[in-house]
Amino acid sequence: MTTATEQPPAAPPPAGGDGGDAGAGTGGGRGRAVVARLADLGNALVIPVLALVTALVVGGLVMVFTDPETLDEWGSFLSDPLGALEASWDLVSESYEALWRSSVGTPRGIGRTLVEATPLALAGLSVAFAFRAGLFNIGAAGQLIIGATCAGWVGFTWDLPAPIHLPLAVVAGFLGGAAWGGIAGVLKARTGAHEVITTIMLNYISYRLLDYALRSDAFQPPGRDDLISKPVRESARLPEVSLGEVTVHAGVFVALAAAVAVWWLLERTTTGFRLRAVGANPDAARYAGMSVPAMYALAMVVAGGLAGLAGTSNILGRPSFSLTGGYYSFIGFDAIAVALLGRANPAGVLVSAFLFGALRSGSTGMQAATSTPVDIIVVIQALIILFVAAPALVRSIYRIKAGRGTAQTFTASWGS
Amino acid sequence: MPTTLTEPLAPSREADLVAERSAARRRVGFGVATALLGLVAMLAFGIGSESGLDAVFVLSRSSDAVQIPDVTVPARATGLVLGVVVAALGALLVTGVVRRRTFLVFGVGLALFVVALLAWAARGDDISIIGLLDGTLFRATPLALGAFAGLLCERAGVVNIAIEGMLLAGAFVAALTASAAGTPWVGLVCGMAAGVLLGAFLGVMAITYRVDQIIGGTVINIFSLGLTSYLGTQVLARYTDLNDPGAFRAFGIPGLERLPLVGPLLFHNTIYVFLVFVLTAALWWGLFRTRWGLRVRSVGEHPRAADTVGIDVLRTRYRSVMLGGAVAGLGGTWFTLDATGGFNENMTAGKGFIALAALIFGRWHPVGALVAALVFAFSEELQTRLALLDTPIPSDFLLMTPYVVTIVVVAGVVGRSRAPAADGQPYVVE
Repeated sequence: MTTATEQPPAAPPPAGGDGGDAGAGTGGGRGRAVVARLADLGNALVIPVLALVTALVVGGLVMVFTDPETLDEWGSFLSDPLGALEASWDLVSESYEALWRSSVGTPRGIGRTLVEATPLALAGLSVAFAFRAGLFNIGAAGQLIIGATCAGWVGFTWDLPAPIHLPLAVVAGFLGGAAWGGIAGVLKARTGAHEVITTIMLNYISYRLLDYALRSDAFQPPGRDDLISKPVRESARLPEVSLGEVTVHAGVFVALAAAVAVWWLLERTTTGFRLRAVGANPDAARYAGMSVPAMYALAMVVAGGLAGLAGTSNILGRPSFSLTGGYYSFIGFDAIAVALLGRANPAGVLVSAFLFGALRSGSTGMQAATSTPVDIIVVIQALIILFVAAPALVRSIYRIKAGRGTAQTFTASWGS
Repeated sequence: MPTTLTEPLAPSREADLVAERSAARRRVGFGVATALLGLVAMLAFGIGSESGLDAVFVLSRSSDAVQIPDVTVPARATGLVLGVVVAALGALLVTGVVRRRTFLVFGVGLALFVVALLAWAARGDDISIIGLLDGTLFRATPLALGAFAGLLCERAGVVNIAIEGMLLAGAFVAALTASAAGTPWVGLVCGMAAGVLLGAFLGVMAITYRVDQIIGGTVINIFSLGLTSYLGTQVLARYTDLNDPGAFRAFGIPGLERLPLVGPLLFHNTIYVFLVFVLTAALWWGLFRTRWGLRVRSVGEHPRAADTVGIDVLRTRYRSVMLGGAVAGLGGTWFTLDATGGFNENMTAGKGFIALAALIFGRWHPVGALVAALVFAFSEELQTRLALLDTPIPSDFLLMTPYVVTIVVVAGVVGRSRAPAADGQPYVVE
């Protein structure tokens, strides 16, 4: 559909550092170009940072107004106004402090955060990649499950030496996710079925497939009847890597490599140019002779593969070497938030995945220390996406003037 | 010059040919699918089935005013005969004997296939058809209300994938307020109010701030899930008497409820089923027979033209989205005030998305949406009934059927189903 008549296609976000800003080069000397780029970077960061701050503040308010003890203090606000404020401040600051301590405050915490961030980064790259081609991949959760199932099956069924086994399992995870994503891509390309609906339905189907697999003899360890698979063999596990006291598994480097690969594919290849052209304006791309359906199918295959890698890193690395039922869906939804916060750009996705990994890894410590339920994290994440998705909202809160070219449309309307 | 006369004709001729070819492809596709269904019925429910077993279809319950005798059929013969009929329907489509109403023929084939499936599943046993249909109507309620919510938004040009979040919020608020007030009616009203609030929120994002509408909807979905889960653990789990809403009771419409079959099925229900029927009629009348409906549709099809003739596009869209929110909130209250006795985390479990698929399957039309909701609900209900009977199909695969049906339907029908032209596009007043 022609959103182009209402909203011009967005310029590539400047934070990518790929020379998307043509004005910087013609402006004059190098110094001025650098200043201009730094200013652009600053502009690009203002909204996400303000969004984070605002989300934390609103999240704190939600905490205060749902905590029974603190509400009791507010009940006696008139007689003891300081007491109410103090109790609120204590609750929020203690919660956020515990969150900080158990996520990035200690080396062990940082290691845990990085491990939590790895599948988020990969799944976030998946959603971001689809965004760039104008598709909204809600199906990362399903692609991740199928990827994890394939990688896990290779990991615990076959018995091979590690140098062959591990790469094979990783490739199986990528291919599983790619095939699952490809279903939605091909349906979109051939019939125009909207990817939002098909990927959501494929998510539900993948949950059932996983449950079915986990009940079958091929997956279930002998003598168990709960939903769990055999553990992945040592030879297929991602090796642990230690830098000082920070311990991570090799999946972290897979995520970094994937981010570089996505950046290269999108920004440095003809295929990437076509994908972005289709994403920015499918009608113009078609008129320029590009095959829009082929790009849709390709985008969903790659996006599915990336999500499959996210599942792979989760099953071949910590926290668990066994598949379990109903465990992965949250990553798929966090991935949407990660991609939006990272402005659908690989470097941004890595940063926001780290942030969400920190929220995730800190939330259990926070619940243990302050009995604030972990679900508050989901509220904070939703607030972050809200403010990132609606830059105008943040600008109006903080009375910032609108920057140029910041409107960003990720998706077109229903089908063709 | 003669060329000026023929030139404009050429592209339209070409378009006609393309349309004809795609119609033929669709016809053959439906034909092959129908023929396959027929083959499966013949082989699995006919030839492959044990002989000499009868299936009993129960058509009325002991509490019904008029008792209808049970229908007993030989299971194997039913599978065989219906399989042959369905396969023949498929052959008619493939060979091109039947060229029009292809989807209808496919639908008839599918329905006959389901009858054969039921006879096979209930061989040597009985199956309550009245229970199956009653359960279908029950499950269709939130789907239909969700689809109506989407209909109101999308006819005005605002894509609403936040139906899921609105349902969840409605369910939560209804449980909380109905428990506090001691009457489900308060829950019904407050749940609708919660929907209106979320609708206004979607409006602020989609209409005023021109946020990508699908992302705005996703924000509402995640927000609603997070907040209700958080409040569920923080409030409802601690004060369990706040999660004890009284449920609405079923009541009959005097006279009509004594009719055979349709009486107990349609005219003895909770308020929700009656509301669905009333809303179907009201939406059809409102959207297609009143000035209000014309304005809503014009804003969704061509906002610039609507603006030019003096319709306030943004205000019309806001009203529609908030009204849609109210309907979705109403659908949400069904979960806590009719289906179950309280709120559970993520209890809507994707019903909002299936409602969205029903809206598209129903071609953005209230009657179509209701029919689609009934089809989806039937496939869900059928799956639970089959899980009870002794069938060799694993239950996980039965649980998949509604989702597979949705994909097939969206992929097969969306080509013919056209969204309002300005659906999903923000409007900038000049």
